[in-house]
Amino acid sequence: MSLPFYVSPEQVMQDKAEYARKGIGRGKSSITLEFDGGIVLLAENPATLSKIGEIYDRIAFAGVGKFSEFDQLRKIGVRYADIKGYSYSRDDVRAKALANAYSQAMGDVFTREMKPLEVEVIVAEVGDPTLAGHEKNTIYRIQFDGSISDHQGYCVIGGSADDLNDFLRGQYRPDLPLGEALELGRSALDRASDGQPTVPPENLEVCVLEKSRTGRKFRRLSTDEVRGQLSA
Amino acid sequence: MELVEVDYPQLRTDVAGRPDAMAKLSVPHGTTVLAFKYHEGVIVAGDRLATEGLRVASRDVQKVYATDGHSMIAIAGAAGPAIEMARLMRIELEHYEKIEGEALELDGKANKLSQMIRANLPAAMQGLVVVPLFAGYDLRRHQGRLWKFDVTGGRYEEAEFEATGSGGLYARESLKKSHSGTATRAEAMEMAVMALTDAADEDRGTGGIDTLRGIYPTVIFCSERGIDQAPEDEIKATYERIIASRGERRDGARP
Repeated sequence: MSLPFYVSPEQVMQDKAEYARKGIGRGKSSITLEFDGGIVLLAENPATLSKIGEIYDRIAFAGVGKFSEFDQLRKIGVRYADIKGYSYSRDDVRAKALANAYSQAMGDVFTREMKPLEVEVIVAEVGDPTLAGHEKNTIYRIQFDGSISDHQGYCVIGGSADDLNDFLRGQYRPDLPLGEALELGRSALDRASDGQPTVPPENLEVCVLEKSRTGRKFRRLSTDEVRGQLSA
Repeated sequence: MELVEVDYPQLRTDVAGRPDAMAKLSVPHGTTVLAFKYHEGVIVAGDRLATEGLRVASRDVQKVYATDGHSMIAIAGAAGPAIEMARLMRIELEHYEKIEGEALELDGKANKLSQMIRANLPAAMQGLVVVPLFAGYDLRRHQGRLWKFDVTGGRYEEAEFEATGSGGLYARESLKKSHSGTATRAEAMEMAVMALTDAADEDRGTGGIDTLRGIYPTVIFCSERGIDQAPEDEIKATYERIIASRGERRDGARP
């Protein structure tokens, strides 16, 4: 009987991380930006399979990487939020708890399974000025290994995320109107898509969490609306 | 008596109606709710009174709820389980929409509610009956639609109007005279408020319009544009118009 080769844990982790990074880096980026009326999430996505979704009243989800994997995470998130909101109250469903749950689950898969998840996700929550302690917007980014970080103003995941985060660091201003925030997001995506000058509106998937709406704050913008906002 | 109760429970016809059963279990009940079509879609309305036997349990309970952007539920029966069912219905529809990325068809929503009522059958046998009305705007067929249910989950689509609850009969009789599917929003509002007023006039379990406390019925319209809950001022104005038109007549009939 032959002994299996010894591979150091560091090597295993490194290999897994490299594998996951490669998978995520191949895809397109997804951008989340705060604007004066809430949070806007956009992704370059010509397909009908959504990369952005509604989780709960004030919480949205964005994923990049392998569709089947992040869509499964999205569904788990919806289930988690609905059950929590049903057992307690709608205000008890918070992005922080959900982001932590994602972090645990993704970290678990990264350490235990052969193949890590080739995904990166955003959990964004729009603030509610009428609820004490819930006023602020929050954006959490959870990476393939379960590492979690919170962001203010903007966050880019997937594709050339580091480049685009650097770009937005220089360009982003708080309290932009929706049109300008979208324009900024698109110009960031343009930088990533080398060769093509601008991402056409029909290839953009745009969703917003609007503070002014009552109840469910999530709304998906149609191509016409996106076009209107960009030309305004 | 005991033998029937223990060994032949199916022979008990109406647990809720029996004085000894009611003495054991007294829960608030909802009373008159109605739904009918008007030219833009469908309207659902309900009074606000919950009663516990002959006592008032609550004067401002909500019996009509929007379950999503294009559907509504109006509850009648035991208030606790009925409100819970309306809440669960909303969560079910929202959950489906989020998971699938697309809302259920109106038929699908009505079917879901039907299953929930069927699941409540054991509780209904104990007297906790829930028989809601369900209505909404069908975005595929471009029309308002409404359904009534029985305790076993039986689902019956109604062509024009329906009312249920203890005062449902009177509201239905009122609608039978006044209803028109081509009514405008204002006319529909008048029909709804009039039917509720007529029901409250005849049925002690239905709350009339409480001008003293400023408690008005819930009236929700649903058209292609979505849900539109009528503001209290509008209901108040409609009610005052009806009262004025009935003038001094003591029988409450229309002039």
